[in-house]
Amino acid sequence: MTAAVLSADEVVAELRSGMTIGIGGWGSRRKPMALVRAILRSGLTDLEIVSYGGPDVGLLIAGGHVRRVVCGFASLDTILLEPHFRQARQQGTMELTELDEGMLHWGLLAAAHRLPFLPIRAGLGSDVLRVNPQLRTVRSPYADDEDLVAMPALRLDAALIHLNRADAAGNGQYLGPDPYFDDLFCLAAGRAFMSCERIVPTAGLLESGPPQSLLVNRAMVHGVVESPGGAHFTSCVPDYGRDEAFQAHYAAAAASPEEWQRFRAEYLSGDEASYQQAVRQFAAGQTAASEPATTP
Amino acid sequence: MTLPASTAEVCVVACAEAWRGDGAILASPMGLIPTLGAKLAQLTFAPELLVTDGEATLLAPGDPNRVAEGWLPYRTVFTMVASGRRHMMMGAAQLDRFGNQNISAIGDWARPKAQLLGVRGAPGNTINHPVSYWVPRHSRRVFVERADMVCGIGYDRAAALGPAAARFHELRRVVTNLAVLDFGGPDHGMQIRSVHPGVAAGDVIDATGFPLAVPAEVPVTRLPTPAELALIRGRLDPAGRRDQELPAVPRDPG
Repeated sequence: MTAAVLSADEVVAELRSGMTIGIGGWGSRRKPMALVRAILRSGLTDLEIVSYGGPDVGLLIAGGHVRRVVCGFASLDTILLEPHFRQARQQGTMELTELDEGMLHWGLLAAAHRLPFLPIRAGLGSDVLRVNPQLRTVRSPYADDEDLVAMPALRLDAALIHLNRADAAGNGQYLGPDPYFDDLFCLAAGRAFMSCERIVPTAGLLESGPPQSLLVNRAMVHGVVESPGGAHFTSCVPDYGRDEAFQAHYAAAAASPEEWQRFRAEYLSGDEASYQQAVRQFAAGQTAASEPATTP
Repeated sequence: MTLPASTAEVCVVACAEAWRGDGAILASPMGLIPTLGAKLAQLTFAPELLVTDGEATLLAPGDPNRVAEGWLPYRTVFTMVASGRRHMMMGAAQLDRFGNQNISAIGDWARPKAQLLGVRGAPGNTINHPVSYWVPRHSRRVFVERADMVCGIGYDRAAALGPAAARFHELRRVVTNLAVLDFGGPDHGMQIRSVHPGVAAGDVIDATGFPLAVPAEVPVTRLPTPAELALIRGRLDPAGRRDQELPAVPRDPG
């Protein structure tokens, strides 16, 4: 299989309301934000989002696209709580499957391996089993006789990830410190879509990093999107770090409905190019504000 | 009398002590004071400890601010967790007498009064490897009769699972701004292990929302040594962030 080179909107045209969608990255790190922003422009609803949650989860909740979130947390890392996730939970406007981080990993691994479940110790004795009455335990068939959580496969209709480099065929490369679980999200999904900072010729991939940085291959990926700045405002090192000033702006705006309307109008009402343009204007304003006043 | 160390510095050392004798395992501190504690332990009495930079790089003993000695992405952290080669110091929004911890949500889980972090890795951590807790504000809001959403499991729940499931469960200590506590009381209930300099056992009992076991003689938490103070002040936290995070406890002048 060879992936197709698509636009973000073409990826979203492949998705349907009610789908279960896995989103790669971790917290506010290497999230496929341009693809998330494309969903914000769509009419998709009732999505079930599986994620090591960050602003991907928050934005989709704020846009009214989410029925259920499957996660162990939703955080902006340097800002502990994802503000929209927090509000939605406190207002009871979304459903939640709250899992231990390791259980989420195991559910993706089970789905990737086409297994119904995988046994795991995590969750035993905790209220994760109380708030998820659908979860079962399983007894070891061996002499130890141990009871373990039977973590069900988290099968995904689609996966969205963002990497540093890719080729047009769907081979993807991460250049930062952590692959997170992006390969597992792809393998757990019926269809996987990867955005990247830059599409390079296949021969160019190894100029950026060693073979082991090639995290996903074209058997795992159905569509590739070139989207410079596509993880903004989350981190995408070494291409760029988290935009802390903009993230703080996002979190502050989320605190009031009026501010949020303004934020949406300013940043999320147009296409990706207009988003990136508005972000450049925000950054220019920050720089101007931080320079000492020299005019008499 | 002015103490030679601040409350924050006493707490850094009390956190460091949690990892004494652990050998070559991953020390995972959450928050500034436990992080300073883990780095101090690695620099002094526990050089075998593994400590990360907060992302995916392990930093070598002897120079915790610079030299990389290994790679630890989240997928490997999860395997380290399951293998037991880790001792984490977590925070707690609520903690009960047997060490059941809540960091997820306050109130009814279905529609919480306050959504907090979520369970994160707490269920897996507590069932797989040693865990300690850091509570910067010792109060009845934290030390509660019953945790609303049990994330990290306590000794009563571990015991109820039976010996096979509970065999890797171990809660080591709880460090607060007032005291060090552990689970050496009756039925693994929480007890005072030491009170920080200037704090009375009664202060700790008053700030705790369940009956604490109190030994006949309550020792005072040890002060940092001059060498430890030099490392904390000169090398690990020269900007003094520790004292901003943890102001001194107001003490009875008598």
